[in-house]
Amino acid sequence: MAVAEQGMQGAGGGLALLRRAEPVAIPVLALMAGLGVFGLFLLTQGRSPLAFMTYVWQGGFGSAFSWQNTLSRTAPLLMAALCVALPARLGLVVIGGEGAIVLGGVAAGALALPLATAPGAIGVPLMALAAMAVGGLWIGAAGALRHYRGVNETISSLLLSYIAIALMNHLVEGPLRDPASLNKPSTAPLAEPLRVGDLPGLSVHWGLALGILACLLAWVLIERTTWGFAARIAGGNVRAAQVQGLPVGKLILGFSALGGAFAGLAGYFEVAAVHGSANASLAAGYGYTGILIAFLARHNALAIIPVAILLAGFDASSGLVQRRMDLPDATMQVLQGIVFMAILMSDAAYGRLPFFKTKG
Amino acid sequence: MENDLGLWAVPLAVIGGAIRVSTPILFVSLGETLTERSGRINLGLEGTLVLGAMTGYATAVMTGSPWAGVLVAALAGAMFGLVHGLICSMSRVNDIAIGIAMMLLGSGLAFYFGKPFIQPAAPDLPAIPLGGWSSLPQVQAALTVNVLFVIGIAAALALAWALRSTRPGLILRVVGDSTDAARAMGLNPALIRTAATALGGAFAGVGGAYLSLYYPGSWNEGISSGQGLMAVALVIFARWSPVNCLWAALLFGGAGALGPALQSVGVTQGYYLFYAAPYVLTLGVLIATSSPSRALSGAPGELSITK
Repeated sequence: MAVAEQGMQGAGGGLALLRRAEPVAIPVLALMAGLGVFGLFLLTQGRSPLAFMTYVWQGGFGSAFSWQNTLSRTAPLLMAALCVALPARLGLVVIGGEGAIVLGGVAAGALALPLATAPGAIGVPLMALAAMAVGGLWIGAAGALRHYRGVNETISSLLLSYIAIALMNHLVEGPLRDPASLNKPSTAPLAEPLRVGDLPGLSVHWGLALGILACLLAWVLIERTTWGFAARIAGGNVRAAQVQGLPVGKLILGFSALGGAFAGLAGYFEVAAVHGSANASLAAGYGYTGILIAFLARHNALAIIPVAILLAGFDASSGLVQRRMDLPDATMQVLQGIVFMAILMSDAAYGRLPFFKTKG
Repeated sequence: MENDLGLWAVPLAVIGGAIRVSTPILFVSLGETLTERSGRINLGLEGTLVLGAMTGYATAVMTGSPWAGVLVAALAGAMFGLVHGLICSMSRVNDIAIGIAMMLLGSGLAFYFGKPFIQPAAPDLPAIPLGGWSSLPQVQAALTVNVLFVIGIAAALALAWALRSTRPGLILRVVGDSTDAARAMGLNPALIRTAATALGGAFAGVGGAYLSLYYPGSWNEGISSGQGLMAVALVIFARWSPVNCLWAALLFGGAGALGPALQSVGVTQGYYLFYAAPYVLTLGVLIATSSPSRALSGAPGELSITK
């Protein structure tokens, strides 16, 4: 993952520019190749790829309304992607962000009644902190298991995510259930002062601003602090980092927990700004899309922002695409799977494309 | 009522459930054992399991033959394993990450093509009633064993023998333990790993066909809910031994059957928590059997998950 460093070592100005272009160009090419393969898939289904892209444009980016829809979905995706990208800088592949989102949302929903009469200035930060704490504990646990017990974090985090969803079902259907919620068991609705509103002048909730802020902070942490520097060294070579006396365990725990805290925050905004209470809608798959976003962004926190907006646009347009083209709802999952494969295969292309070859 | 067993119904239902629930876990973990013994890990078997369930069900609906469904599911699984194997043969491509992508793609394709098959009913796979000696319907129900379970046991024993005492088994183990040694013997590690991944995928596909064609015996989008992933995790617990895979699968089948068994006798408290039991147990077993410092005994040397 030593992509950022590659750009620094360029010999001359032009060559350096080419080398810097490689980590941007290869993911973009891979994305286009993935879309191309998906287009072929659509052709075999007797559907027009052109019509597909037209509807994605209309549903995701074509109007003010579709932009609002896209940006509202961007918020949880930004934080879910950070939950993958932060541990990834240490070489960990954490894929259980969905569980941290779900439990973060449940933690926020559980506080709806105790904080019912609290003023917003106290209630809102308390709920957000509770959601971040639970999310951080959940993914931090996967990091701790990896460091102290050698348990593979990919498997453990996904298992934890299944456990989180079962736990949510138990709590929402049982101890935390609001008796008034009949059709869809939910926690008690949040009191009005606890709700999170829209950004000034937009119909997009504050989660978007917080998500972008989180990405900026994560970028500063990784690229501009000694903690981030140590994490990148440990991600490149754990043994070397240990020999240097770097606190590898603390780094793994800290980065995993921070990623989980961001995912928990995503769950908080889903409850406080979108649904108004915690219920099964929390498991909407944002955690899984976040994995793809982080890989497409090559775990660069700044690159996550545009990639998340792009995938949120695809997500926002999926209803329109399904209706107009008579496609099943799993169509976007097929697209995501194909793009994911393409981006992983592109790892083999680094340093090999003739255009980027810098001889000497 | 003379047939009312009271609380005794719970262990009986758990035993019956263990036999019923364990079969797909057994097939996936046998397939993953084969793949991991060659030095690669395929996390995508969760997707393969769902894909096998869909293709098996769809084929059985269209042809009327459940065994044609099993065959097609195995072929679909092998195809998917082949794709995983070929992509992982490219340099610098991470097998774990490809597995995550194939998990997503496999279930996506299964849901996409499986949509029209949620409604129609497919013929079930045949089962052998081993409980005929008892007059209790609960005992008869618990001991109705599907043919695929028997085939799974035979496959576990056959694989254990093949890995230990045959030439292909030796080749597989060499490739899994040391790429350099394999190259020195004139073997092509990438080719053998790809073949092992394809064969492993075929096993997982058969496991999927069992899900949709016998138990639970229908096709829907929540059919697997992580069983493929649990099976992959169990391979570590089973120490890459096919026979241990059988015991592990039975243990987990029992854990999975606990929730429905308790519900059948009227225990509804914490119903959803019992659904978490297999995941909690898998995690517990992983924690207990992993080690931060030393290499796991029995682990193939080239396996990235234990390095």
